[in-house]
Amino acid sequence: MSEARNVAVDEPAHLAPLLAVERIERSFPGVRALSGVSFEVAPGEVHALLGENGAGKSTLIKIISGVYQPDAGTIHVDGRPLRFESPDDARRAGIATIYQELLLFRDLSVAENIFMGHAPRSRGGWLDWTAMAAKTEALLASLEITDLRPGQIVGSLSVGNRQRVEILRALSQDAQLLIMDEPTAALTEYDVTRLFDLVRRLKSRGVGIIYISHRMDEIFQLADRVTVLRDGAHVGTRKVAETSSGELVQMMVGRRIESLFPKVEVPIGKPVLEVRDLVRRPLTKGVSLTVRAGEIVGLAGLVGSGRSELAQTIFGATPAESGQILLSGKQVAVRSPGAARALGIAYVPEDRATQGLVRPMTVRENFSLASLAKVARFGFIDSAAETRLAEAGVNRFRVRAGSLDQVVGRLSGGNQQKIVLGKWLANQPKLLILDEPTRGIDVGAKAEIHRLMCELAAQGLAILMISSELPEVLGMSDRVLVMREGRLVAEFARADATPEAVGAAMMGSQAADAGRAA
Amino acid sequence: MSTLAISPGRAGEGGAIRLFASQEALLAFAIIGIAIVVGLYNPRFLATRNLTDIVLGNAYIAVAAIGMSMVIVSGNIDISVGSLIGVLATISGSLAVAGLPMVLVWLTPLVVGVVVMTLQGAVVAYLGIPSIVVTLGMLSILKGGLISVTGGRWISDLPQAFHLADIELFGILPMPVLIMITATILAALWMRYSASGRAIYATGGNSEAARLCGVSPRRTVMMVFALHGLFAGVAALLFATQLKVIQSTVPPNLELTVITAAVVGGVSILGGVGTVVGSTLAAILIAEIASALVFINVSPYWIHAVQGGLILVTVVADILRRRRRQAGG
Repeated sequence: MSEARNVAVDEPAHLAPLLAVERIERSFPGVRALSGVSFEVAPGEVHALLGENGAGKSTLIKIISGVYQPDAGTIHVDGRPLRFESPDDARRAGIATIYQELLLFRDLSVAENIFMGHAPRSRGGWLDWTAMAAKTEALLASLEITDLRPGQIVGSLSVGNRQRVEILRALSQDAQLLIMDEPTAALTEYDVTRLFDLVRRLKSRGVGIIYISHRMDEIFQLADRVTVLRDGAHVGTRKVAETSSGELVQMMVGRRIESLFPKVEVPIGKPVLEVRDLVRRPLTKGVSLTVRAGEIVGLAGLVGSGRSELAQTIFGATPAESGQILLSGKQVAVRSPGAARALGIAYVPEDRATQGLVRPMTVRENFSLASLAKVARFGFIDSAAETRLAEAGVNRFRVRAGSLDQVVGRLSGGNQQKIVLGKWLANQPKLLILDEPTRGIDVGAKAEIHRLMCELAAQGLAILMISSELPEVLGMSDRVLVMREGRLVAEFARADATPEAVGAAMMGSQAADAGRAA
Repeated sequence: MSTLAISPGRAGEGGAIRLFASQEALLAFAIIGIAIVVGLYNPRFLATRNLTDIVLGNAYIAVAAIGMSMVIVSGNIDISVGSLIGVLATISGSLAVAGLPMVLVWLTPLVVGVVVMTLQGAVVAYLGIPSIVVTLGMLSILKGGLISVTGGRWISDLPQAFHLADIELFGILPMPVLIMITATILAALWMRYSASGRAIYATGGNSEAARLCGVSPRRTVMMVFALHGLFAGVAALLFATQLKVIQSTVPPNLELTVITAAVVGGVSILGGVGTVVGSTLAAILIAEIASALVFINVSPYWIHAVQGGLILVTVVADILRRRRRQAGG
């Protein structure tokens, strides 16, 4: 497979594509992640990949870089059909991926990082440090990078420079196709400019680049073409010169939101939660919002916009640095999750496995974990009361488990989520914060959780729901708030919340101003 | 408290099988099985005197393993407990020789144990330093300090009242065995039925989820270390009072024996799983095997190899069990 990379550098972009994937299919248990996605990258082209969270971008790049194997479909590199069994196969075919979390060895030098795994050897198989330094110098010189030295320790570099080290590592292995997953997410403005310079330089050398970003302006600055994915399908590919951000947003979100969501109108009562100028660095920068009894408020935004951080601050997991939180009109101090619980705030976290459940524990024990005080007398747990509590929860949420003493780690995602939800509702909260309540669970369980949310709202519970699925936000919310870079940037009433308007506010394109006015 | 049985309340069909396949049941079968096999080979092994000695001489390990089990279930480890037991035994012996009232002689090691361990727990919980590092430091401090202060001298001429092992209940049950059994039962009930006990499992199983449920992992870890210090104090008393002299050194690798008892008893080294009934049974099993080696004419030095083998077998079994559990989810 190593021959796959002899692409002539000056080959014009309209000739043989560097990479062509055709009709790629990939399913995970219960989810069809990709269906029939085709897509190609020409030498010297920057091809942007756009789509909402869960649209299938990550799966696609993992298939191209050999992490996952497709169920069907073909991958051609430089006209040759290839099958990648491992990331190593893809690397040998000249494909390198720069992930958001950089995979560097912080305590090693720049040169060691660049040549990890393929360091020059001297006779006898020893590492040739002199050659390694020389090759690194040459690589730096060829890209006119002057502020990096081979001997610098990577841990001491800025994020931007670390990223460049990773790009250099890819180039040192003769990568012809570079996949960059949100490379600017953690960069300062200065580093972004330098990254763009580097990308243009690579482009002129004939390196093909798949560029994933949520930032529209970057795509228009850098990319030649853009492909939009939605729900695992290929929506379309456009030349950047011939499209607009409006069209792209429309392509990303444009789908009908029908009776999929059983949203019921219920009378909306007094404010339960009022947040004023809440600040918790780095991602909550002065947020004010109100959630009323019976109301479901949807919080939309891109990953990294600060939604979960805001939720955790309201819940006291990361207490606020300044600002006020009022519950039912009374100012409260929420210094810890324990305090939040006592005040009647419940929080169903984003990640069931790491934040929601204690996996070695049984169904019964997980159900009672947030209300131990209720089932305990003099510090000892009343087994009968605990069993009643868990049984009530299992019945109410229709949890399918073998028995109450089953270990939760073995249940399906949907059933696990119902337990996390049930655990908190056993505590009879006034305010329920849901963070990605239906992520990664099957359609049936999803519908049940939505039905339950409506039921709870009808009983007067105030619900703040974070979701990265726009249809869910639009379908379930009475009001939609949009967060971007740590601030609330738009608010829409249910009637005004169109996918285009909310999508535009999330992405920060011009149309957002219209939303802000609403 | 309608169902105060150790067996699962509503275990469904697999309940009985699960009960018999539990770590505790397997250990009990192993203890009985070895007794029968070795007894057939050499009937003297089954003499009441020998069986009592096995338990009597190792009760302190079982008691220390109770605290260790709590520490490991909470997701931590303590390797300073062996040295701490040595220090506490010496303190208590010195006080006894100095002629202090027995109440003080017995209470002081408990208090000092709790203080030392609470300190370590605070460092682990509030400074976020891994417990293996903190307790490694304490191990050296205690071990070095003990040798420096005592100069390696043994404590002898202990007053008669000091010897707990000579007190027997109803003329058959020596005090150390009674203490071991009582401590195990109380700790088991507390771990299983108290809200604080549940907090230990939650913290070790998933400390972030526990924290978001309003359980404080920090406070829980502190509490666990404090209790561990209390059990270490009791263990030190049992250790100090079983012989006529107190050496300024404890059996080598005592902390490892204690950890072995916990792990072989079914405490998952990854935290979140395990019982103190298991660790006590495992402590007895290990002692039984050590004694059995003598009765079947195998060098007692093999006990270390046997302990090592037991650890590997249980840890591998634990990992396999977890993997199967994950696959099921």
